[in-house]
Amino acid sequence: MAEEVKTPTPPPPEGENKPTADKAVPAAPSSAAAPTTPAPKPEAPAKPAAPAAAPPKPAATPAKPATPAAAPAKPAAPAKPAGPVPTPWSSPMADKYKRQYGSGLEAQTYLGQNYFTVDRSLIPDFLKLLRDEEQFDYCVDLTAAHYPKREKQFDVFWILYSHPRNERIRVKTQIADGESLPSSFSIWPTTDWLEREVFDMFGIKFTGHPDLKRILLPDGWKGHPLRKDYDILLQDKEWVHINLGIESGQ
Amino acid sequence: MIDSKTPDRKTIDGKTPELPNAVSSLATSNLDLEAPEKPYLDSNELVLNMGPQHPATHGVLRVILKLDGEKVMGTECVIGYLHRGVEKIAENRTYTMFNPYVDRMDYCAAVSNGLGYCEAVEKLLNVEAPPRAQYIRVILTELQRLASHQLWLGTHALDIGAMTPLFYTFRDREEILKIFEKYCGARLTTHAFRIGGCQYEIYPGFEKDVKNFLAFAPPKIDEYEALLTGNRIWLERTKNVGVISAKDAIALGVTGPVLRASGVKWDIRKAVPYENYSKFDFEIPVGANGDTYDRYLVRMEEMRQSLRIIEQAVNGIPEGPIMAKVPKLIKPAPGEIYHSIEAPKGELGYFIVSDGSTQPYRLRVRPPSFVNLQALDCMVRGALVADVVAVIGTFDIVLGEVDR
Repeated sequence: MAEEVKTPTPPPPEGENKPTADKAVPAAPSSAAAPTTPAPKPEAPAKPAAPAAAPPKPAATPAKPATPAAAPAKPAAPAKPAGPVPTPWSSPMADKYKRQYGSGLEAQTYLGQNYFTVDRSLIPDFLKLLRDEEQFDYCVDLTAAHYPKREKQFDVFWILYSHPRNERIRVKTQIADGESLPSSFSIWPTTDWLEREVFDMFGIKFTGHPDLKRILLPDGWKGHPLRKDYDILLQDKEWVHINLGIESGQ
Repeated sequence: MIDSKTPDRKTIDGKTPELPNAVSSLATSNLDLEAPEKPYLDSNELVLNMGPQHPATHGVLRVILKLDGEKVMGTECVIGYLHRGVEKIAENRTYTMFNPYVDRMDYCAAVSNGLGYCEAVEKLLNVEAPPRAQYIRVILTELQRLASHQLWLGTHALDIGAMTPLFYTFRDREEILKIFEKYCGARLTTHAFRIGGCQYEIYPGFEKDVKNFLAFAPPKIDEYEALLTGNRIWLERTKNVGVISAKDAIALGVTGPVLRASGVKWDIRKAVPYENYSKFDFEIPVGANGDTYDRYLVRMEEMRQSLRIIEQAVNGIPEGPIMAKVPKLIKPAPGEIYHSIEAPKGELGYFIVSDGSTQPYRLRVRPPSFVNLQALDCMVRGALVADVVAVIGTFDIVLGEVDR
């Protein structure tokens, strides 16, 4: 379970003493962020302790990876608040699903935006529940992010909105490279093209999608450009040569 | 001699005569006069390729149409001809450097793109633009909405066959572009805003120009309406064409005027207010039938509502700074943020994952045109080929945004 709950939380020392600093305090967190954050390289995600997985909300030291989710234990806050951190999110809906799924699900809020981090195994059922029981009738977006140094390389995000509740949430899960996800096409038809784009850009397969093929890149293209190991200057030279009759598209 | 059994047949000595040579050779020729097993021409289905180079596709959209006569049985969109990898570029640029790139997505509404991006990064930084900057932003963004709708109206009407509105709308759009040019030096890809506020103070006479425009625009909008709203040809071509129900529209993720024309009163400026839109008094126009004509009416009314917002904003620009305190080197704390605005075409969202460095770890653009275009198939199935042109126009798509 430890890896499931990892979020792009800053590595170790995070202030917990400013959970409500979201709205006001204009420049304070940002200006403080500049000097204090340990400044990782752009390529390296801010996760040195990759599989060890600190539970995100306390974001204490990565020493205790075993702390299960749903334990809103507040760690002794270290010195400086380097920036806002995700805090546990409590609402009737969040609490209900926390009880229902236990450690497979985590509800957090960051800068006033709420999100669930769920185990991959819950994926089609939990999304369906959100649509049917909680009226999240509109899937705003579906996207992913690649963390090549992690064991489970991909974060997949669903951004959902409910017209009746006027509420926006995110659902986030992690999958390994080569692993597939069940398609949510039958839940929200809008994910048709969105899933195709994620497949095109990241190579994540969605089982049950009616026609999973590339959408923005040409069909015969090799590689998935939004993966971190795909350099910005990289391209499918063979494809360019055959189809455009030139040596390089640069 | 008459054959007693078959009285009509002519026989010679009771025998049927041989056929003459010419006819018998015809009988054994290669010409198959019997009905063939498979018809030579399948008249049931025709696959027609529309685009990517087609004046009515508003760019490089390719639509593969499956036709039965003139009836559309199904469509498939082929996109990506303008794919420039904006999301990949973002990962290799700093937050500030990426700002001009967003103008190149929906190049007909560059100001709105910039507003969405700046706000998303501001949200990630947890800062807010000062009030004066917010007013300037609202004025320019609403002017941009008007310009975008004018461009849409001109090209949409041109697609259907009305040429005059194009000249009228481009003539009047010019006035807005002049204001943009005076404000920031650019007409199309404006890069008008900066993370934290605005780079430029309004020029002397800005308020006067905007107020002049406020007096100038309403009669012009009436003029467009006089040309089209009651026009028989326009009605025939747009009424009950490309109908989409509210339920389907929501399920397909459709946003913006297309969703509102189906009767869903949902506008991000009201539902999840950003900037200072909650301070202004304006209506959300909705349609009833969800057809092309209603989408036209909704956008016409939106232009008037935009003028209302501009009027309130231009009369209330407060004094003060135009930039919030934002560090020179923008380095947001690690985290994720999704922020969306009501762009002229629908919900324009930015999803940013920060890893604490100066460049976004992942930046995702949720383009309204891309998601709306998905509904094309649902809207033209069973319609006529000519209606496809009308429906593509009614989406107000910009391929730069569809492909990014």
